[in-house]
Amino acid sequence: MLASYSVAELTAYIRDLFALDDNLQDVWVSGEISNMTRAASGHWYFTLKDSSAQIKCVMWRSNAERQTFTPANGDAVLVHGAVNVYEVQGVYQLYADLIRPTGIGDLYAEFERLKAKLEAEGLFDAERKRPIPKFPRVIGVITSADAAAFRDVQNVLRRRFPLAKVVLSPCLVQGDEAPADICRAIERMNRHAEVDVVLLVRGGGSLEDLWAFNDERVARMICESRAPVISGVGHETDFTIADFVADLRAPTPSVAAELATPNIDDLRHSIRTLDTDLQQLMASRLVSHGDALDTMRRSLRHVSPEARVRTLRQRIDDLNSRALAAERNRLALWGERLSARTLALHAANPRGILKRGYAIVYRSDDGRQVASVSDASPGVGLTIQLHDGELKARVEDKDSHERYKRTLF
Amino acid sequence: MSDINELSFEDAYAELEAIVLKLESGELSLEESVALFERGRRLSEHCQTLLDQAELRVSRLTDDGRLEPMN
Repeated sequence: MLASYSVAELTAYIRDLFALDDNLQDVWVSGEISNMTRAASGHWYFTLKDSSAQIKCVMWRSNAERQTFTPANGDAVLVHGAVNVYEVQGVYQLYADLIRPTGIGDLYAEFERLKAKLEAEGLFDAERKRPIPKFPRVIGVITSADAAAFRDVQNVLRRRFPLAKVVLSPCLVQGDEAPADICRAIERMNRHAEVDVVLLVRGGGSLEDLWAFNDERVARMICESRAPVISGVGHETDFTIADFVADLRAPTPSVAAELATPNIDDLRHSIRTLDTDLQQLMASRLVSHGDALDTMRRSLRHVSPEARVRTLRQRIDDLNSRALAAERNRLALWGERLSARTLALHAANPRGILKRGYAIVYRSDDGRQVASVSDASPGVGLTIQLHDGELKARVEDKDSHERYKRTLF
Repeated sequence: MSDINELSFEDAYAELEAIVLKLESGELSLEESVALFERGRRLSEHCQTLLDQAELRVSRLTDDGRLEPMN
């Protein structure tokens, strides 16, 4: 019995061969559209063919919706996608994600040429890019007055930063006249309006629609803008020369408006934060000043002359008491001396001597003291002073005195 | 110092930030601190008021340089 596969097994095997082939999973195919069917589901089904072959193609709704170019039967196109097997029908088909008209190839070449040229000139250099002000007072907008992009910009600005004034410098944003008109709009802004930032915006469109923003004149005029330029052209995936030259590139007009402005809610929040900071700083400042004051007060007490005055006062007290003591000693000394003298004086008092039995003898006639025998001759009257009175006597000669004694006894 | 009510939002906000920085640096006399604090409080109030009252004004620049109100 020969080894065999089921149909499903074989188909799965072939499916895996396709899935594992890098070339088939990322491929560009050029051909002509035929059998174009747009299903109610939103998916596109068509055949891509050339003179000798054809391939079935599918584009799912998610991709179909994003296409800026709407292909029709007979269009020469370039399709990007992956080739895989549709097992149910046993066919392989191209699952497309991008369709471009083939004629566009020339535009791409032109785009790349201009981009390389301006880049070489330094127009895209990071050093050339100017900062976007944080709080724009006046925001210049360069776009068409009727464009949805302008309404989007206004809505964002009204919501985020209604403090700003908006100045529109209107211009065409597509067609042959657009590049020159955009340049005029920038020039007008430069000459007549004091704006802080310029939004150069345009909503989504086909590559041809956006082509004015790949114009060399526009690119150079963006460099000439007095205010920094934020570009917001087309959708997120669209890159134009204007985006490279602009000071800041935004993926869409709305985002351009967002990048140009602070959010009012963030502002309210940061103002509240600053206000809180302010109060806390002040409170801590008051506390620290209070502390410093306390410290100062303590230091002041430390260096106060009060202590010195107290020391000095004590020293004066010391000196006073020493002086007093010295004086007292001196007085005592004198007192002692005095009493010694007094004693001596007392001792010298003749009355004291009389008490001890001595007598003082005066001559009665002239009161002179008789200190020697020669002071009184016989017959002279004498006064003999004793401690308790006087005796009167007369000097006798020695002989008669002796006689008298005998007579008496 | 300029009259706070005349200040644009941008200037008032910038001054408010500067005042907070200055107070943070701490090299001020108490009197200066108090004066700055009071001005800071009034600046933050002014900023809030400006935000509360703001209404987007849109005008169109004409070829001869005039501004035509659009709203």
